[in-house]
Amino acid sequence: MLPSPALPKVHTPAQWKKGLKAGLPIAIGYMPIAFTFGLLAKAAGLSLFETVGMSVIVFAGASQYIALSMIAAASGAAELILTTFIMNIRHLLMSASLNERAEDDPKWLKALYAFFITDETFSVAATSLEKKITGSYLLGLGLVAYSCWVVFSGVGYIMGSGLPPSLQASMGIALYAMFIALLVPAAKKSRKVVALAGSAAVLNSLFSFIPLLNGGWGIILSTLIAAVSIEFVMKGEERNEA
Amino acid sequence: MKLELIWVIIGMGLVTYIPRMLPLVLFYTNNLHPRVQGILKNVPFAILGALIFPGVLLINPESYLYGVIGAAAAIIAAWLNFNVIVVVLSSIFVLYGYTFL
Repeated sequence: MLPSPALPKVHTPAQWKKGLKAGLPIAIGYMPIAFTFGLLAKAAGLSLFETVGMSVIVFAGASQYIALSMIAAASGAAELILTTFIMNIRHLLMSASLNERAEDDPKWLKALYAFFITDETFSVAATSLEKKITGSYLLGLGLVAYSCWVVFSGVGYIMGSGLPPSLQASMGIALYAMFIALLVPAAKKSRKVVALAGSAAVLNSLFSFIPLLNGGWGIILSTLIAAVSIEFVMKGEERNEA
Repeated sequence: MKLELIWVIIGMGLVTYIPRMLPLVLFYTNNLHPRVQGILKNVPFAILGALIFPGVLLINPESYLYGVIGAAAAIIAAWLNFNVIVVVLSSIFVLYGYTFL
């Protein structure tokens, strides 16, 4: 690769704005979860600095919640870090998949936006209709999601009391509604997408009854089994992703 | 645990960041077997299925129905080609209404 610092032409303000806009539904979905995280962190005895620090440094919802319960149970440092690793190892799969669609950007830029990969940012980016996903888009998308996550962790900690129960309960649907909104348009157009999502959904539901697979492994296993087996069964068919 | 905790958080951050970064920085997609590329392109749709189920049924620990209603609202709105933000807001709105029934 040439050592030129100039970015490819695709890095336009338009891509960046597209990313920011695509991040909005994630921000809505993260709000109540980050808020509750801040609240629970305070209850678990963390300082404001540690609470916001965890959101700034880790930026991974489920594992941050689990960390709180482990801190409250006085678990050891090694156990906490290992659990986090297992919870988040599925990002390998997302990063590898995203790499297939990503623009051929300089390594430093890829290393930078990689930090923002979550279930949600990945799902939004990977189902976007662009042929190639640019670094500007991913940075815009990631920053909206990330800043909402960090800010509302702090707000939850400082407010120290929960959202009204009816609002809290109904906002819990937000991220699932977003996942559904990303899936349905592709599923309408392609039997293969229906088969992929359907089989992974069934597998993950079955795996949720197996204590060992609860947590990170269930999602990885069901995704891998579905993605591999459907690729062999429905070889020729298109996913209509673009 | 006070001073130690910030180190634990940094450790958590490292083990979370490394799997996010390695494939993007190390893989050259042109070298991958077409079959592997096909599988990687399947991942987003498979993972969406696994992220939605069974999680959506568990958003209210007291009743599955809650998640079913929210998901149904989202599916209908998405089927009608509303954009993502409208789908999200309408399912929140429907469930918010349902809590008052």
